[in-house]
Parts: sequence; structure tokens; C-alpha cells
Amino acid sequence: MSNTLALAGAPPGVLPRTIARTWRKRSVMPGFGLTFGFTLAWLTLIVLIPLATIFLKAAGMGWHEFVAVGLSPRALAAYRLSFGTAAAAALVNAVFGLLVAWVLVRYSFPGKRVVSALVDLPFALPTAVAGIALTSLYAPNGWIGQFLEPMGIKVAFTSLGITIALVFIGLPFVVRSVEPVLADLGKDVEEAAATLGASRYQTFSRVILPAIGPALLTGFAMAFARGVGEYGSVIFISGNMPGKTEIAPLLIVTQLEQYAYAGATAIAVVMMLASFAVLLLINWIQAVNRRRMGA
Amino acid sequence: MISVRNITKRFGSYAALHGIDLDIEPGEFIALLGPSGSGKTTLLRIIAGLEFQDSGQVLFDGDDVSSLKVADRHVGFVFQQYALFRHMTVAENVAFGLQVKRRRDRPTRAAIRDRAEELLRLVQLEGLGGRYPGQLSGGQRQRVALARALAIEPQLLLLDEPFGALDAKVRKDLRRWLRDLHKQMGLTSIFVTHDQEEALELADRVVVMDHGKIEQVGTPEEIYMNPATPFVSHFVGETNRVTGGSGEIHFRPHDVDVVAEGGEAVLVDNVFRKGGCWRVEGALVETSMFVEIDVDAALPQPRPGDTIRIVPRRSRQFHFEPTSNPEGGQA
Repeated sequence: MSNTLALAGAPPGVLPRTIARTWRKRSVMPGFGLTFGFTLAWLTLIVLIPLATIFLKAAGMGWHEFVAVGLSPRALAAYRLSFGTAAAAALVNAVFGLLVAWVLVRYSFPGKRVVSALVDLPFALPTAVAGIALTSLYAPNGWIGQFLEPMGIKVAFTSLGITIALVFIGLPFVVRSVEPVLADLGKDVEEAAATLGASRYQTFSRVILPAIGPALLTGFAMAFARGVGEYGSVIFISGNMPGKTEIAPLLIVTQLEQYAYAGATAIAVVMMLASFAVLLLINWIQAVNRRRMGA
Repeated sequence: MISVRNITKRFGSYAALHGIDLDIEPGEFIALLGPSGSGKTTLLRIIAGLEFQDSGQVLFDGDDVSSLKVADRHVGFVFQQYALFRHMTVAENVAFGLQVKRRRDRPTRAAIRDRAEELLRLVQLEGLGGRYPGQLSGGQRQRVALARALAIEPQLLLLDEPFGALDAKVRKDLRRWLRDLHKQMGLTSIFVTHDQEEALELADRVVVMDHGKIEQVGTPEEIYMNPATPFVSHFVGETNRVTGGSGEIHFRPHDVDVVAEGGEAVLVDNVFRKGGCWRVEGALVETSMFVEIDVDAALPQPRPGDTIRIVPRRSRQFHFEPTSNPEGGQA
């Protein structure tokens, strides 16, 4: 019935039937045309046009020049460092962010609101402040660094330091994406597992973790994406040695400072494509998961 | 035999249960019936080990299981919202209790698969083992939850409002089916419900609870015909309550004769058909107290504004506090 109504609403012959059906499906949720139009316009204005100019700029240089700059050994080392440390930091955040989310959802304790607000603080803090604070802590003569130094652990000015900075700024993503799902999971599922004889560990690994997996993956993806693009907090703690502790965003800024705009965009394009591929892959995994669960 | 001895439970300052004593024979089908907040679910959860009593004991065949964890009590529990594992297939859900057994107790893979299939056949979900819970109807999910609970071969099956989330038709079918299953498997079962019709239809014995106390334990017939307290009389079945003198008189809508003379006069307010009767809603002329009466549909339908005269065939008199012992009998 809804189909006939939808077709009656669409001018006959203007659109092929199937398209008319998809686009003009009668729904209680009004305003699809309006909201979808706004969404497209907004995304175009905010995301697509700025990104397109990068590609345009990069297209201005020849293929050889693009490869020479965008895939130079220095650039490749920077990509490796950026993506590697971002992945490591996102992984650390996945583990500890889950723990924090768990505590915030499952227990009530005095000062819970304060702890919850602390989680969001890395969002609000200027990243340079975080970078400077972390550097002074982990430098060989810093509060924490002075104890690590004798043990032969160097944090500041190494990739370990970069990872720590990225862990700091990526923490809220995992906590905030897992929290609602964990709350929604409900205690009864855990109780059901317990009545069936499962130990706490079995309940966690077989029931809870798979259920919050998608949310955890989303949090991981966001923390990862943020880490790849992070600049402010990292440049202070990384030491910025080309080929060793130079992250890709810094390389872009370096290029810009030398007025090598084309080179900067070449690196940006490579980074963007790589990030997009990773995020696309994660979204695809999520979609497969959703379809599997019949939701 | 399941014995509950003097169980008390408080949540903060709120007393959920006080001094509960109950004995359940093997093979019995028991209903815990009461309004929300009566403590029935708390009692069920304490028996399962999902909640712990402040004082008192739970005995399984004479053994105190109060300190045993839920996983070690070997009790089948069916949750109100099913609590199925959404990321597992139906068959994986059913097999979960076998999969998590310690390796030396765990059946082989093939045996687990066969057992899951057998259970799905038992709950009439053959061939749906590969589906996910999200792809099933409410009634089907309920049966998956039941099969999952039965997989660990519990002696005791506990069900928390098992039909609460289902629509009326499915509910009725499932009820009959559950009673058969209970008999067939020789289980001892306890289920919680706030639906008195469900309790009376299914249970061998009904435990009526209110405000954390047991009001009455008895067969459905005893509970319905001889309610021990005003609460039971009012909560189980439809009851007219008429106050008078030092107490109140209770009578069922269908325990009323319409007479030509004498009796009490009732001013008819509303009439509708209820099965084989006319349900008359009205007020006693003398005291203007609200009453509901069933009049045989063979008699002419009363009209709003009519006055009919009634005599309760069976009634019960309850005295006001301090004691509320029934003085049942003929009016």
C-alpha cells in the first residue's frame, strides 16, 4: 500500500519507477529531501571543497615530482612513524579506555562526575599545552623521566614519547564510544552467562567483549584518526629528527615553511588516502558485523 | 527439595523481603504472584544466587547453598527480557552453558552440537539454529532462552516474568507449552508473575506475596476460593469490597444472584458483554459503593439507570486490623 501511495505522490514518468520508489518512499519521518540536501551541502562546504583543493593543488605537479616528494624516503619514514605510533596509541587506548568506561558504567563511587569530566579534558586542552607538560615530565631530567633514564628507558624525543602524547589526546574517543553500549548491554546478559556456569573471564571474553566490539572498534578508529593528524602535542615531545622522530604532519608544516606548497600537498594527499583507506576498512568491518547480527 | 528459611533482604532502608519461609517439593510448578515491589523477583534471584540475602538460608536438598556462587548452583534461569547473546547464533546461545564447562567436563564438539539441536527441537525451533536472536520473534526468543537454560540440565528452573513481554495470543500458547514441558522433563520450576490468571492456570501451588511477605501459599483452587487475607482476596480474581461494621465483605462478581425482592439495590451505571454474561458496573444505592456484577446473559440486558437487586451467594468477611482472619462462609 505504501508503494502505491508513494508512486501516486511522485509525478508519473518523471523518474523511473524503481528510483521513484527508493527516493520517494512514504515515511512517517518527514523531511528526508530537506535534511539530505542540507547534509550534502554541508559536507561539501565543510569537508569536500577543502579536501578537493588539496587534490587540485597536488594535481598541478607532475607525477614524477609527486612521487619524488610524496614518497621520498624522508616522507615514507614520517608516514611509518605517524601511522605506527597512532595505531599503537589507539591500541593502548582501546584497552585502558575500555577499563575506564567499565568503571564509569558499572560502579558508582564518590567523585564519579569528576572522573568523567577528567576523561574529556584532553579534548578541551590546547594540544601544545599537553605536549609541553608531557615533555617536561618525561625529559631525562623531568619528574618521571629521571627515574626512567637509569633504567635505560628514553621517552621524550623518541617514538615512545610520541605514542604517549597520542594516548593522552586519544583517550576520550574510546571511553565515550564504549560507554553507552556498555550501559545498554545490561547486567542481565552477564547474569545469564553466570547462571550458565561461565566464569568472570569467560563472561568477559565471550559475552561482553564481542558485544561491545563494534563500539570499541569505532573508538579505536577515531583515536587512530586523531593520532594520525595530531600535530600540536607531538612536536614538543618528538624531537623532530628527520627520518627518525619526524611525524608526517610536521613534515607538511616544514614544507610549507619552505614555501614548497606542492610538496606539502603531495604528502597531504598520500596521508589522506591512507587514512581514508583505513577508516573505510573499519566501516566495512562494522557493516559486515551489523548485517551478521541481523540488526 | 528447595527450602527457603527466614530470608530477609534490605536494599538500603527499603525492606525487600522479611522473614520468608517456603518449602518446594521436587517436581512442583510454583508461581510467585504479587504486585510490583512485593519482593517476588528478589526472592527468585536469591534462590538463583543472583542476589544475596542479609539473613536466612536457602537449602537445596538440605544443603545450604547460601555461600555458593550462581555459577555453582546449577540453576536454570530465564530472564524477563531473555538476555540472549546477540552476537551469537541461536545454536551458539543454546550451547553456551556446555561450551564454558571445564575441559574435562566438556562434551565433545559433536556432542554439544547434537545437544543444541536436540534442545532446539524440544522448544520447536528446529532449523533456526543458524539465525541470530535479532532475527527472531519475541516468542521464539523466549524459547531460545528456555533451551539455553535447559542445556545445563538443571534440576531447578527459575523464570522471571517469562511471558511479560509477549502479546496475548503467543502468551497463551507458550503457557500451555511450558506446563507440558515442565511435566515432560520432571523439573522443579518457580516462576514470577504479576498476572494472577497466569499463576492460577499454570502453577501447582501459588505463593502470593505483598510488601516483602508471603500472604498465602496454596493451590490455585485454595487461593481463589479461600483467600486468607483481604489482600489475596482482592489481588487474585475480581472482587467487590464493601465496607460495613468492623470490617469489609468481599464477594466475586459471579457469586451474585439477581433477585426480584430483598437483597441490596444496585443502580446500574454501565453494562457490557463479558463472555457469557452481562458485566454490570454500578453503585450500591444505600452506600454508593462501586460494585461489579455478572448477570447471566440469558436474562434481559440491564440498562444504565435501571435498579437491580442482588444477593451475594458467597462472600467473605474480613475484620479490620489488628487481625485479619477470614470468617468465610455464607452471607
